[in-house]
Amino acid sequence: MESLTFDLERTTVRELNQFLHKPANELEGLKLTVAAPNGAHNLAVGVDAPVQVTIAGHAGYYAGGMNQHATIEIDGSAGTGVAENMMSGKVHVKGFASNGAGASAHGGLLVIDGDAGLRCGISLKGGDIVVGGSVGSFSAFMAQAGRMVICGDAGDALGDSLYEAVLYVRGEVKSLGADAQYEPMAQADLDAVRALLAAAGMDHDPASFKRIASARTLYHWNADANQEY
Amino acid sequence: MEAKRVHFARLQQEESQGYDRKTIDYIHSAAQRGLYEIRGLGAKRRVPHFDDLLFLGASLSRYPLEGYREKCTTQTVLGTRFAKKPVVLDIPITIAGMSFGALSANVKEALGQAATAMGTSTTTGDGGMTQEERRSSKTLVYQCLPSRYGFNPDDVRRADAIEIVIGQGAKPGGGGMLLGQKVNPRVASMRTLPAGVDQRSASRHPDWTGPDDLTIKIQELREITDWEKPIYVKVGATRTFNDVKLAVHAGADVVVIDGMQGGTAATQTCFIENVGIPTLAAVRQAVDALEDLNMKGQVQLIVSGGIRTGADVAKALALGADAVAIGQGMLMALGCNSDTYFQNGALHSAAADYAALNTSPGFCHHCHTGKCPVGVTTQDAVLEQRVQAEEGSRRVRNYLKTLNMELTTIARACGKQNVHHLEPEDLVALTVEAAAMARVPLAGTSWIPGWNT
Repeated sequence: MESLTFDLERTTVRELNQFLHKPANELEGLKLTVAAPNGAHNLAVGVDAPVQVTIAGHAGYYAGGMNQHATIEIDGSAGTGVAENMMSGKVHVKGFASNGAGASAHGGLLVIDGDAGLRCGISLKGGDIVVGGSVGSFSAFMAQAGRMVICGDAGDALGDSLYEAVLYVRGEVKSLGADAQYEPMAQADLDAVRALLAAAGMDHDPASFKRIASARTLYHWNADANQEY
Repeated sequence: MEAKRVHFARLQQEESQGYDRKTIDYIHSAAQRGLYEIRGLGAKRRVPHFDDLLFLGASLSRYPLEGYREKCTTQTVLGTRFAKKPVVLDIPITIAGMSFGALSANVKEALGQAATAMGTSTTTGDGGMTQEERRSSKTLVYQCLPSRYGFNPDDVRRADAIEIVIGQGAKPGGGGMLLGQKVNPRVASMRTLPAGVDQRSASRHPDWTGPDDLTIKIQELREITDWEKPIYVKVGATRTFNDVKLAVHAGADVVVIDGMQGGTAATQTCFIENVGIPTLAAVRQAVDALEDLNMKGQVQLIVSGGIRTGADVAKALALGADAVAIGQGMLMALGCNSDTYFQNGALHSAAADYAALNTSPGFCHHCHTGKCPVGVTTQDAVLEQRVQAEEGSRRVRNYLKTLNMELTTIARACGKQNVHHLEPEDLVALTVEAAAMARVPLAGTSWIPGWNT
């Protein structure tokens, strides 16, 4: 399998992304390492090919943004909006992730080994997110579809205004957001958590997770609610 | 028996200014329902507008062009700052962003066909890009909205420009709204929502907050599109001077300013009528901001919100806009608020359907109900057939053609061979308010309030 290194001390993010936008059949199977990323923004964004990208260090905002088919590993921490609007493929953050991780992701799998900041999984639209650590407040805000597995704790207002996304939390939840509710874990939930943990390379008992989903009371206007959710 | 004398009969019928019948209705309705009114279209209140400006045509001190013969250029180029492939339009009149969901697929297709025929652009909306729209539009601007409904990299790459929507004139600071009756299975699936929910979009983008983040977000979109496509930033008109400066600083190629008269498919009436500033006031502030940054000509300005006529277009351009965007006017061209709709080769009365909404042509603002009597703002399988793409496209084309003819008529009369040469010096104001907002003199004087005495 061909492998290639882009050293960002000697080349630019522009050249890296331009290279990664080559036709998928030219990139297929390629292993690419981004050396000296030093927190650069917009690394490996808009990739649409089954390549393997390793970012050897910390990434800035939007690493792996809008990813399709690629497997992107960040051997460090990631800034705001890692894997935002991902469609497919996998983004794996070995360190911590900042705010809005996996925002509006339509598909694919985002794995964060450490903690994630505020609004992790906001507006999620079908993607899966597994967080090894804890997530900040307003995570899964307005999440529409997809699943989030949180192995640590969650901050305030988890799952506020949820639609059809489902959340699984192992640790403490500081507070649930409007319209989010605990629900019993069914066999399908246990299977889902087990599979997601396996895909993320994490090992926990699925039965130790709680399920959170939408109570669906905000789906329709309700004059009596006074809009004070 | 002697009839009882009525003293001061007219005084007994005096309507209060503050508590007129409309206000009394509002209070009665609030008291009954406990819920604010939601409606479509834009602000109905009178605000200073382009109607309050007049052109100074050529005379002895200026030399006109032959109105019917001499060439008057209308070509408009947008996105010259950073984009490798700027948008080149034949006319400076574009079609504003309106969602599939708010509008039917037929309407989106008609708008695309008409825009293509007239060499201009059309714009997606809060609900993603439809195939019909992409197919029919030569130049399609793809909106990146807070909700990100249906937003995906394939469509980003298929688009001719990207418009990051911070807000719209009808509701700056508010998110979109699409009531359940319009969220049919196709709309729901494009937005990843359960069918029939009252969809209330976010008002903030999920992955950035503030102008510094926006800079990086714009760079991300440029990287994804290999710096080919212009990036527009659309802002609802409020603190326009500062907002335009921040948008330019964040790296926008084009800034779109939408004044408070801009339309909506569904918003709270109190929001539509009371938040934002008039388009007229916003244009001046936007141009000031560009001039302050020495960016006039490098960053293009698109103005929208209540642009109806070729004269409105000419006035916006004279004040410094590079192009305008029209939403409501396009819907009206398609039949919005018309007595009739055109189907199977004949005109049919829509009177009964207006009556069912307790309204009549000329007053209807029921876009939010999805029961548009003329089939423009609906997802209803029967109603949406009242706009056919071919006839709709013909009407929108004619409307655009008329606007452009009016624009060039005025430009020629002002002695301009290029509509972009219209300038504030060609304008005077009819009212003190308009003079102050547009910073042009009150007609017949050299007085600009706040600037000279």
